[in-house]
Amino acid sequence: MICGDESAAAHADDGCGGWSEEMESRGVVTGAAGLRPPDEATTLRVREGELLLTDGPFAETKEQIGGFVLIDCADLDEAIEIAAKHPAAGYGTIEIRPLLEPPV
Amino acid sequence: MTFEEIYRQEWGQVVATLIRLTGDWELAEECAQEAFAAALQRWPADGVPDRPGAWLTTTARNRAIDWLRREAVGAAKLREAAAIESDQEPPYDVPDDRLRLMFTCCHPALAIEARVALTLRTLAGLSTAEIARAFLVPETTMSKRLTRAKQKIQHAHIPYRVPPAHLLPQRTPAVLAVLYLLFNEGYSDVVRSNLSGEAIRLARLLVQLMPSEPEAGGLLALMLLHDARRDTRLADDGALITLDEQDRSRWDHGQIKEGVDLLDSALDRGAPGPYQIQAAIAACHATARTAGDTDWPQIAALYARLPQTPVVTLNRAVAIGMADGPAVGLRLVQELAEGPLAGYHLLPATRADFLRRLERWPDAKTAYEEALELATTDAERLYLQKRLREVSVRS
Repeated sequence: MICGDESAAAHADDGCGGWSEEMESRGVVTGAAGLRPPDEATTLRVREGELLLTDGPFAETKEQIGGFVLIDCADLDEAIEIAAKHPAAGYGTIEIRPLLEPPV
Repeated sequence: MTFEEIYRQEWGQVVATLIRLTGDWELAEECAQEAFAAALQRWPADGVPDRPGAWLTTTARNRAIDWLRREAVGAAKLREAAAIESDQEPPYDVPDDRLRLMFTCCHPALAIEARVALTLRTLAGLSTAEIARAFLVPETTMSKRLTRAKQKIQHAHIPYRVPPAHLLPQRTPAVLAVLYLLFNEGYSDVVRSNLSGEAIRLARLLVQLMPSEPEAGGLLALMLLHDARRDTRLADDGALITLDEQDRSRWDHGQIKEGVDLLDSALDRGAPGPYQIQAAIAACHATARTAGDTDWPQIAALYARLPQTPVVTLNRAVAIGMADGPAVGLRLVQELAEGPLAGYHLLPATRADFLRRLERWPDAKTAYEEALELATTDAERLYLQKRLREVSVRS
């Protein structure tokens, strides 16, 4: 998950400077998307059958998730290597999270 | 060898091997525990086997196979059990196993508290209760910390390996840092001195497993040189005794020699790093016959080569002061107080010491009073009170 504060929006159209090409050729990227800014977010909950809608992200923090990349790699060290090469690591923050594995 | 000694020596190896075989940290620990329990039952009657480590590993491995069979709900677990069993002669004493374990416990993706706790539990074999006591937290807190760390290793797929060569320059310091932190936890507190012993034991292991890493040798040398002075640092009333007033005849000179020899062979590799430099400073102190013989210019030069943290900057100023006279020292310390070290708690004590050496008694008294307010340990407070009484009499 790629996070950044408002200033990161300036990099939205930068592209990834060869990162995508390298990772695609390595076959580790299985999905990816950038996200529109958090002020366009809608947050919802259903409580006791009632739908509650809020305008905005679920937490008003300085840094917000701006996109994600789904990768399939050997271990955390490889994930770190891949994330560290992403240009967003240079101006934002990248959070690596393992996927929930389906129960056996 | 007593059972306790065998336990200390073999625990890490048994756990490390079982983690490699099963990939399951909890299971590895449980099976190791059961193997030691079995040994305690069998050995008094049967005698201690020739290779107790191999016996323990085989026993632990058989427990793991049994467990995987019993719990086998799916084909996967059965395959796992079969895979372990097909390893007829269990590969015992693969030196890499403990090194793998060390690097995995000290992975920078784990919180530093978790790295320390995990190292003590899985490698050194301390119980959760012992670790909790050492870090003054309830046992349940420590138990959760350990469980959480093991879960993260498993779910985030922190690899169980010695990192490849290109990652070693960034990952080795993480291992060294955990061992040094462990040492300092034990060194700064008499009650927890067993932690220093564990740190030294693990550092010896690291030196043995990474013979070409000079910083590992530097770290072990540093620990041995400090530890050699352990018993002379406190007076009977618990007050700190500064280096210049310690009874040098009571230092452990055998350990000092070992530290100096280790440092020399590390330095021969021509890649001095912060641990070797700190060990060199400790060696200057430890090998000076009297406090007056201390090579302060050399110490000042060594401090200049370390990253300039507040402690290092202050110690360097002290060393220059000791080399060039207390007036110079005082001026340097006063400059630091106006600059980057403003408010640093060890500054007034250092200033007080130079004022005392200059026989400026009333100024020294004021500085000692200031230092007392900032002191963080009882040993420090008792020492500063003693000094304060001395200078008060003269002022």
